[in-house]
Amino acid sequence: MDGMSMSEMGSILAMQGFSGLSLFSVLLLMALGLAIIFGQMGVINMAHGEFMAIGAYTTYLCSHLVETYVPGFQGSYFFFAVAAAFGVAFGIGYVVELGLIRFLYKRPLDTLLATWGLSLIMQQILRSAFGAREVSPTLPEWLLGSLHVTETVEIPINGLMVMGLTVVVTLGVFLLLYRSRWGLRVRATVQNRTMSGAVGINTAKVDRITFALGCGIAGIAGAAFTTIASTGPTSGSLYIVDTFLVVVFGGAGSLLGTVASAFSIGETQSILEFFLNGSMAKVITLLVVVGILMLRPEGLVVSKVRR
Amino acid sequence: MQASLKKILGGRGGWTGILVLAAIILVAFPLTMDIFRLNLAGKYLTYAFVAIGLVMLWGYGGVLSLGQGVFFGLGGYCMAMFLKLEASDPESTKIQSTPGIPDFMDWNQLTAVPWFWEPFHSLTFTIIAIFVVPALFAYFIGAAMFKRRVGGVYFAIITQAIAAILTILIIGQQGYTGGANGMTDLKTLLGWDIRTDSAKYILYFATCAFLLGSIVVLRWVLGTKFGRLLLAMRDREDRVRFSGYDVANFKIFVFCLAAAFSALGGALFTLQVGFMSPSFVGIVPSIEMVIFTAVGGRMSLVGAVYGALLVNAGKTVFSETFPELWLLAMGGLFIAVVMFFPNGLAGLQEKYGPMLSQRLKSILANRKRLRAWQQEAPDATASKEYVVELPQSPAPSSSEPLKTAEAR
Repeated sequence: MDGMSMSEMGSILAMQGFSGLSLFSVLLLMALGLAIIFGQMGVINMAHGEFMAIGAYTTYLCSHLVETYVPGFQGSYFFFAVAAAFGVAFGIGYVVELGLIRFLYKRPLDTLLATWGLSLIMQQILRSAFGAREVSPTLPEWLLGSLHVTETVEIPINGLMVMGLTVVVTLGVFLLLYRSRWGLRVRATVQNRTMSGAVGINTAKVDRITFALGCGIAGIAGAAFTTIASTGPTSGSLYIVDTFLVVVFGGAGSLLGTVASAFSIGETQSILEFFLNGSMAKVITLLVVVGILMLRPEGLVVSKVRR
Repeated sequence: MQASLKKILGGRGGWTGILVLAAIILVAFPLTMDIFRLNLAGKYLTYAFVAIGLVMLWGYGGVLSLGQGVFFGLGGYCMAMFLKLEASDPESTKIQSTPGIPDFMDWNQLTAVPWFWEPFHSLTFTIIAIFVVPALFAYFIGAAMFKRRVGGVYFAIITQAIAAILTILIIGQQGYTGGANGMTDLKTLLGWDIRTDSAKYILYFATCAFLLGSIVVLRWVLGTKFGRLLLAMRDREDRVRFSGYDVANFKIFVFCLAAAFSALGGALFTLQVGFMSPSFVGIVPSIEMVIFTAVGGRMSLVGAVYGALLVNAGKTVFSETFPELWLLAMGGLFIAVVMFFPNGLAGLQEKYGPMLSQRLKSILANRKRLRAWQQEAPDATASKEYVVELPQSPAPSSSEPLKTAEAR
């Protein structure tokens, strides 16, 4: 670090900060779905990473189809791929809730084991269907390349794209949860299930849609993720622990807390990566998070819900 | 004496359960398996230490830890450090640039054994460390979490994160831990070669003895007032707290106990298999250990041993012949056990055992009646035709056809 001038240091810091921002976006996108499922329903979905992989593979399939049948469509297919990723993950989530999760609401620890089993099955199915090799979709040209902000600072466009998507999805989830009729029902069910049932809310249906929505958002996260890195059958499970920590650290059931914790974890890790090597940065970040959680088990933002 | 023995073994049912298990692992396995497979069975039995710890912690205590691999690994690494130091004497490591230190340290440009390795030159220290290091670690985690009444799902996630942290740390700190390869080439224990067949036999029987001893100890623990409090805490934690008990301390104790037993399993694993690597520490092995317990029955110490044996045997068979099917089978097993048999094999035995023994009894009674009837009327056509065919198979000792039928 001796031979560097101040401006070089500054631009490295800016780029490292930006890579932290894109890590933050991916973490947040994944955590949003989990925050809905875990925070609102108390269900631990260990297969969340696999729903992300489903989204990523859907994007890959879309790019493949577009490439073979309608090459002229190449520039704008990505938006439809994101929608398709959401749809496919939503549908599979709906079926999973119907067939598995709804029998286990009373036993949260058992849900954890059952969804872990589900994740193994989904991994194997993905591996049989797409092969063990990692794949990545053909990205439209405008997504590649980078913006030159100054002479030394370069910002990749796909990172910006992911960030934009994150902002849109976060806003969408916020509007859905806090400004819509459906969100009202979800929040009512979380606060008092029996009472919600008594006033005429179909709580079973609310659960089903909530779970499916969480899975759908994981699908979007997968679609976004695949623009940054390639996807393999097990790439979802790599992020599952980090994502759970983001949700728990932020305080289950709080959207603001999830955003704040994804930001702090993403930035801490990226900035530490600059000073130490990758694995130590991760260890220290996780240790700090676990340490804080031990001191403050309810997370950063406490949601005022009587349980 | 009689009463205390009864307490330890948990009544008549407990006796038979342990005796059957002892007969299977001490007599049936060594008689039917070659040394390679016996060694494999011994390896699976070391996982059973984790599984019986989880029976205490999860089945009785209601605390699910997804980081038991951490304690298994800590115990295993303590043992491996001792063996590695013994294996890397200056004589056998003289081609290294610094002879006398473990090979992976030499590859990572270390010139001296780090300070925390030094005490592991002593076997006494190592044996103490195998139990104390994991128990202390468990105490810190447990005290921090249970005192703040963190439990259930949060505890599971945080223990999982700890398993992830430790794996990354071990893999990252290659010079101190051997990295992703782990500690390999472990040769002797105080000059006794652990790689020979006879050593493997001895280690297998030692593992069995330790395992049976651990089950007896844990059974005794569960039979005391502590065991009953543990169950009460699982079902109505607040009531136990209101009765004046410090719930957190009980939970910490049982967590430390489970950690110590897991560590014993890890140490025996290292001795039998001859290496230790981070692949037995992380999230996946930790969760697999939970499934051993779930399959065997989360409320049954003996059942957990069968769970560990069966799941691992299944894994070995499946992953050799149909590697693709294995993950599907394992995943299906997780879901099926959770959804349909929450009490595992032991639950099945409890539910259908009496029915089966009833059926067996009635079948035996029927056969007795049939035999009596045959003796009364020895030339009954149906049974005679059946019996006459038998002497065609080489059975020279039986001259009289009816006798063979009876002997069967």
